[in-house]
Amino acid sequence: MSPPANETHQAVADVETRDMLLNVGPAHPAMHGIIRILAKLDGERIQDAEVEIGYLHRGFEKMAETVDYNGVMPYTDRLNYVSPLINNMGYCMAVEKLLGITVPERCQYVRVILSEISRICDHLTCVGASAMELGSFTVFLYMIKAREFLWELVEKVTGARMTVSYCRVGGVKADLPDDFAAPCKKAFAETRTVLAESDGLLTRNRIFVDRMSGTGVISAADAISYGITGPFLRGTGADYDVRKDCPYAVYDRLPFDVPVGTRGDNMDRYLVRMEEMEQSMRIVEAALRQIPPGPVQVHPETGRPIPAAEMVDLAKVGNIAAFRDDSAVTCPTLEGSGRASHPAIATDEKRVFLPPKEDTYGNIEGLMQQFKLVMFGHGVRPPKGEVYFPVEGANGELGFYVVSDGSGSPYRVRVRPPCFAIMSALSKLLTGDMIADMIPTFGSVNMIGGELDR
Amino acid sequence: MNPASLIESIQNRFPDAVSSFHTYRGDVTVILRRESLLEIARFLKEDPALAMNYLMDLTAVDYSAFGKRPAPAFFASSGVTVRPSPQIPDEEPWPGPPSDARFAVVYHFYSTAHKHRLRLVIPVDEAAAEVDSLTSLWPGANWLEREAWDMFGIGFRGHPDLKRILMYQEFEGHPLRKDYPVKKRQPLIGPTN
Amino acid sequence: MTHDGSFLTSRLEEAIGWARKYSIFQYPFVTACCGMEYMATACSHYDVDRFGAGLPRFSPRQADVLFVVGTISHKIAPVLRRIYDQMAEPKWVVAFGVCTCTGGFYDNYATVMGIDTILPVDVYIPGCPPRPEMVLDGLIKLQERIQHQQQTGQRPAPDPRPAVVES
Repeated sequence: MSPPANETHQAVADVETRDMLLNVGPAHPAMHGIIRILAKLDGERIQDAEVEIGYLHRGFEKMAETVDYNGVMPYTDRLNYVSPLINNMGYCMAVEKLLGITVPERCQYVRVILSEISRICDHLTCVGASAMELGSFTVFLYMIKAREFLWELVEKVTGARMTVSYCRVGGVKADLPDDFAAPCKKAFAETRTVLAESDGLLTRNRIFVDRMSGTGVISAADAISYGITGPFLRGTGADYDVRKDCPYAVYDRLPFDVPVGTRGDNMDRYLVRMEEMEQSMRIVEAALRQIPPGPVQVHPETGRPIPAAEMVDLAKVGNIAAFRDDSAVTCPTLEGSGRASHPAIATDEKRVFLPPKEDTYGNIEGLMQQFKLVMFGHGVRPPKGEVYFPVEGANGELGFYVVSDGSGSPYRVRVRPPCFAIMSALSKLLTGDMIADMIPTFGSVNMIGGELDR
Repeated sequence: MNPASLIESIQNRFPDAVSSFHTYRGDVTVILRRESLLEIARFLKEDPALAMNYLMDLTAVDYSAFGKRPAPAFFASSGVTVRPSPQIPDEEPWPGPPSDARFAVVYHFYSTAHKHRLRLVIPVDEAAAEVDSLTSLWPGANWLEREAWDMFGIGFRGHPDLKRILMYQEFEGHPLRKDYPVKKRQPLIGPTN
Repeated sequence: MTHDGSFLTSRLEEAIGWARKYSIFQYPFVTACCGMEYMATACSHYDVDRFGAGLPRFSPRQADVLFVVGTISHKIAPVLRRIYDQMAEPKWVVAFGVCTCTGGFYDNYATVMGIDTILPVDVYIPGCPPRPEMVLDGLIKLQERIQHQQQTGQRPAPDPRPAVVES
């Protein structure tokens, strides 16, 4: 015989409950890297979440103090490793601001084009990975396929797929190859197909919408108080974008829109990122139309193109008169640039950028310039000072604060990591949601360990 | 707001807090005494003309080794002046480290309404390496201050939970200080090198 | 593994080796930038699934190859060792990327200079990051080791106890 109703009620109320501590440990299946979330659960609802980071701390800021200004470039690649060109560009522009130089216009266009391609790669990876965690493995494969096309494009220009080290203080390594426009168009056509397919698979998918809408909600005011920028902030409704509000390079001449969400949940962030990819492609296409022409024939009548190896052989036997007016034919991914493209991609400030090899081998001024920049104890030496330069990274405002003491190595390089601010708000985002909502929320944060922990 | 009026508004309001200021390469930098940090930060956030709603960055610099490396003054002694572009103003050279104190805590602020930036620098001695925490005004300062504590050893009064964030708890020392050798390892498991 | 010369036993070992090498369940311990190239290798373009290694198992108890992908800092090193210890025999370890092989260019206070200081490693895939073709080459070399039944448990592992006395 069952006990009377009020006695059952009393029995249930007397049962002792306790919160459960769940450790989503440093090694966990999300392809995002290693962080640790200690979630205090009441049933399935997260009461409190403590986030522990630092598992990928590699000492970027300390290493930057031990190498010279151009030597920091490979370290900056590995900060936000899914969009390395944006980091390169940010650091270079910070040092150029410290030096007080500007790079030629074509170089700025090239940097912008490659930054936007990097941004597309970053958003593809982010959306693909977070879709995969919600069960949509197909979308992940499609987006990585599109990313492969873009990486092949980047490889044509820089020589490396991912960790490119393409920018230099005062310019870039080499000009765009002559046949850049056609592969770029093809890669973008593939990307647009993939985006259309993924949109069809996800945006009105019942499961995806139910899991993403209403989870991980943050208001614009809260986001600003945590220092959040980028697509995460724009999903809440505030439209701060460094490219529009504090334009740098040639962004003020390029037409693009900044997508802004309304509700500040994961669905809005996903939509913002999808639209940003389209806008980035728009920027690149506009830049390719506006870009000033590239390499020039050094001497139209007497100069002729000469293979780089032949030029070096002539120089080493001392026959520099033989190639005085010629320009070396170089592979942009390997030897860099020759004299013909040098004025387009490098500042003419001699104390900062290496001379073209025809000058290094061909005349004494070029040789001296090369020595003064390469020999130990010399190198790029900005005046004493401190600057802060923000660029729009894929996650938000990526700022470089560089302090120089006049010597060949930076005195202090500080990276203002955009996802650090977002991760500091993560415990607030997760509190109140269910365990299963941790996955889409964490996916839309786009935590990149290299940037978070440096 | 242009740089001059930014500096003026702070100086008018807090005349004895500001030690010095400069604009180098277009960045407005104000050097303050540490006691007035919290009220000036509140003023920056709440004053409608300044409206600095973003604490963009909070970091520190260890000036103990400044100028000690050989630096043949390429730009100064070569006789040729640096020619900055018209967009980057360059009226006067940088005055140097903010004071004789070892550390400087550097804050970067931004206003989305007026689109201006500001840098605040607080010189901090090694002996009394502490400043007020800004977590009451910007919750984002929480982790940034933990990182400054972890990397430099600068304490923050009023911080809810000041512990290491990037290094592990058993680590001893503060890695970004100039006297911490780059390669000095303190492994938890495995050999030391 | 000693070959006692019997025809049936050696055929059986070959068959087991064949089965093991074409059904690799990897545990991808992904930390850093090499993870991007790992994803590229695992996806459609370079497709590690055609080698039988396409199913990552995200629990060490269910995996047999530990792919250590990306820089290992001193903070995560005890976790990595624990993951390795949790895997059941036979198990193999692949050091993916130069940060795991020798530490890369992060020679500083935070980084382990090569995971072979804390784990026994079977295949080293250098590169920063390695191209997917290199990864597949490393995978094939690993498969040869598996075929010949050479596994990590047979070499003496380095002493994982800390070098300094904990206070």
